Amino acid sequence: MSKSVKSTKVKGGDKRLEQIGDDIWKNRTTKINNELFTMTYGSIVGQICREENYNYNKVNEILFNMGYNIGNRLIEEFLSISLIERCNNFKETAEVISKIGFRMFLNISPIISNWSIDEQTFQLTFEENPLAEFVELPDEYDEEEENNSSSNIKGNARGELWYSNILCGVLKGCLEMVQLECEVWFVSDVLRGDDNTSIKVKLISILRDEIPVGDD
Amino acid sequence: MPSPTSPLPSPGTLRRNQNATSLIYDKNIYRNNKNVSLSSLQFLIMEIVSQYMKNTNNILKIERKLNNLGYSIGLKYLNLISTKNNFINNITSNGKSNTSHRITKLIDFLHFISNDIWLSLFNKSSNGLEKSSDNEFQFMIIDNNPIISSFLSPTQEYNSLSIESFTAGIIEGILDTAYFQCEVSAHRVPIVNYPNKTIYLINLKQ
Repeated sequence: MSKSVKSTKVKGGDKRLEQIGDDIWKNRTTKINNELFTMTYGSIVGQICREENYNYNKVNEILFNMGYNIGNRLIEEFLSISLIERCNNFKETAEVISKIGFRMFLNISPIISNWSIDEQTFQLTFEENPLAEFVELPDEYDEEEENNSSSNIKGNARGELWYSNILCGVLKGCLEMVQLECEVWFVSDVLRGDDNTSIKVKLISILRDEIPVGDD
Repeated sequence: MPSPTSPLPSPGTLRRNQNATSLIYDKNIYRNNKNVSLSSLQFLIMEIVSQYMKNTNNILKIERKLNNLGYSIGLKYLNLISTKNNFINNITSNGKSNTSHRITKLIDFLHFISNDIWLSLFNKSSNGLEKSSDNEFQFMIIDNNPIISSFLSPTQEYNSLSIESFTAGIIEGILDTAYFQCEVSAHRVPIVNYPNKTIYLINLKQ
């Protein structure tokens, strides 16, 4: 379903962004072992889960907020390295996020698809996710444990945890710094047994630099 | 014939498990060097440290937590790198591995950490491995420009905080997995040109 949307949208502009992303990745980033990164994120999530007593809704929230803080700072590095100009429309923003943003920091380019008719919502589908390589979430507790009353402290990771929720936070944090107020959320994750890993981004409003009252 | 009380999982459970696990086991762990940007890792570490700071301003506690974070990486990392080593060697030796062996001597193992492990983690060798002159159970790995903390500088208030406790945790995890019980701490000793020079002090349990 995502393919058809993509193939109709091969324009000159996309190729250009792809080249910029390629160039930045090859020449202007210091790289590090992917496994170290994956494991670091894994132990961070593990630590948070233990500290929050496996309350996965809380964990999702913490991860999102961490991402938001990262996003607020990351945008600066993104703009100073990519030297990209202001996007003309939200469609272009989406392309820049995928072809340059994700490429530059995680060396991936998620597929953009499922544009809504009003062009305010799109979906990013990840073919690979460096945060979640070789990750497996504990399955729903089996029946024996369910009968055991003390097992209630542990939530169900595969049903409740959005393992890579930090990404949503990062996107929200970044977009907000360029005056785009968005809602970002996970719709599916292979770790939960879904077919693919996808994030939805919805534009809520374009923020204006607020002029203080009484200031002409 | 599986009886109702069979210890084997029911076919239903198996199918459910398969969804997630088969994806992992089908993947090749020896893939071409896949990298991510160093900035991403540093953003991540920076953010987790500031999360810690929200909860406590006790520097020792923060370092302890960073150490724990690294420790769980160390536990897995030795396994991963040994598996990979065997894989490479087996290809060139008709299925019989010739160079891969388990290192059991302490000094050899420390060399393995300061060279091979350092190279695979940080893409460079460490700047030295030294033995303490007054304690035979103490060793030091020296890195003039540690990668993890190279762009992170704690505020004045947290000046003595050593973010490299994270790396110290990794070393500790690796040594523990190899049955060399120890404690590892990171100490920053700034010198000219190398403001982040760090010494990882390895204290072996006797």
